[in-house]
Amino acid sequence: MTAKKNIFQIVMNGLFILLAFLCVIPVILVVITSLTEQSTLTNNGYSFFPQQWSFEAYRYIWSSAKHTILNAYVVTIFTTVSGTVMGVLIVALYAYPLSRNDFKYRNLFAFFSFFTMLFSGGMVSWYMICANVLRLSNTIWALILPSVMNSWYVVILRTFFATSIPAELIDSAKIDGANEYTILFKVVLPLSLPGIATIALFFTLSFWNDWYNSLMFITNEKLRNLQFLLQSMLSKIQMLNEADGNAYITESLANVPTDNVRMALCMVAAGPILVVYPFFQKYFIQGLTVGAVKG
Amino acid sequence: MKINIRTQAAVKNKLRFSELKKNFSLFTMLIPGLIHLILFAYLPMFGIIIAFKKINFGLGILKSPWVGLANFKFLFNTSDAWIITRNTVLYNVLFIALGLVLHVFVAIGLNELKYKIVSKTCQTLMIMPHFLSMVVISYIAFAFFSNETGFLNRKILPMFDIEPIDWYVTSGPWPYILSIVHFWQGLGYGSIVYLASIAGIDRNLYEAAEIDGANKWKQIINITIPCLKPVIIIMLILAVGKIFNADFGLFYQVPQNSGALYSTTSVINTYVFNMMKSGSANSLGMSSAAAFYQSIVGFILVVIANAVVHKIDPERAMF
Repeated sequence: MTAKKNIFQIVMNGLFILLAFLCVIPVILVVITSLTEQSTLTNNGYSFFPQQWSFEAYRYIWSSAKHTILNAYVVTIFTTVSGTVMGVLIVALYAYPLSRNDFKYRNLFAFFSFFTMLFSGGMVSWYMICANVLRLSNTIWALILPSVMNSWYVVILRTFFATSIPAELIDSAKIDGANEYTILFKVVLPLSLPGIATIALFFTLSFWNDWYNSLMFITNEKLRNLQFLLQSMLSKIQMLNEADGNAYITESLANVPTDNVRMALCMVAAGPILVVYPFFQKYFIQGLTVGAVKG
Repeated sequence: MKINIRTQAAVKNKLRFSELKKNFSLFTMLIPGLIHLILFAYLPMFGIIIAFKKINFGLGILKSPWVGLANFKFLFNTSDAWIITRNTVLYNVLFIALGLVLHVFVAIGLNELKYKIVSKTCQTLMIMPHFLSMVVISYIAFAFFSNETGFLNRKILPMFDIEPIDWYVTSGPWPYILSIVHFWQGLGYGSIVYLASIAGIDRNLYEAAEIDGANKWKQIINITIPCLKPVIIIMLILAVGKIFNADFGLFYQVPQNSGALYSTTSVINTYVFNMMKSGSANSLGMSSAAAFYQSIVGFILVVIANAVVHKIDPERAMF
């Protein structure tokens, strides 16, 4: 019996270590490629065991594209920070009244928010409202405002408030003469830090990784964030490859980053997230399970 | 009798007013969110009428002339309408069915690993792809599929004596490629919900089974899976409700929106986007018609899915 158990454990452990390895291996290829010398890449292609290692890609980025990259970092960091702060505020302010049992119209307002997850006007009318009515095209707000409210996060946070804050606590704060805003900011939020952290991290990840709003609304190069910069570089390379031989295009080919630079750019954009996510993953897991329980 | 009803109504009115008075600050808290929902969700819902108009950006949504069902006639006269519907539904059916099996398997497996350090580390590594943006993932895909330097063309295919393939203009393999990318990205993240449910199963059940001589396999079949059944059914139905909605990032970024691949990579979401960005009045009309078609069918599916959930387990229904 124990021998059988041991074999089961060995097989399962081996299988899952292999699966985990398969999940990270593509990223490892990117890291290695970014540290490979271009001549090796041109001759042998991408490889896990390159003949020549080098930092030339990162040096190249730093010397020739410093301003573009730094500008993209500024845009990404600004939108991520301000978007997350605004998002958490708006979602918390919307979720708190819905969590209060003595608030008579909570179900009405919950449905008003929830309905937007069931039915949407679709991409075309959403785009036309944002571009023609709200005039967001080529403004930094196009990267922030469309994403600062999320009905799913409202559900998660409302559930968190409702299950972790006892109603008696709110009542006693009321008796002490506190108004609703004081109760929310001085009592409820400090007691709900794990829930707030979950929402904040969801927002941070979505703002940092956002390219959709840029794709929709941004043509001004000054307003490119990291992801969009990355995307426009890849499509530029594709376009050049397809139109191979065209004299005008071959001329500008010199400006196109080569393979290792491309992968180094990829690391520049994704690196910060990859370094920090293991420390925050428990909040993501918590958000997902709270949402699934009450969703 | 009449007077009684009237006074009741008056009392009711008074109560409604007093609610506003009593919870006035709670109402004010809702304002930022309400404004956002109205501007970015409810206005576009009314904007959906542009599917019945000949869009003129100069005139705006309201003043553009009505054309009845002309946009829909154009759309459904092309073969595109069929291709994007087929692709969207088939990809989603595959993602739902195979995803369910894989995610439940991963959750059960991670739970069975004896050493918590191994299962925690495996989980952390498996979740990692979820934190990458689709743009980054399209770069990773490019490292594998690039013509001249790609890992497949330079390393893998020569091992089997296969000629290099021009991946970004060959549509045949893309259903496999996109599925692999999808499952690679979601494998760890998708299993979280099931892993949490397994953690909630009463340990006594397993102890009792062990005393009765049931081995691991029997325990999984007779305890774990039956206990997961409610969650599985709910997740399944919710996913079916979204079957008309494809992951725009996956289908737009990973094939790099290459026109030669549209027959196997074009889904409703990417079609709407491409037609919208191409800018001519005709394609804009078809784009809005496709968006309308997606919204309405999607909504009907969600409502049906929810009704089914309500029948099975009212606690889990969304509304």
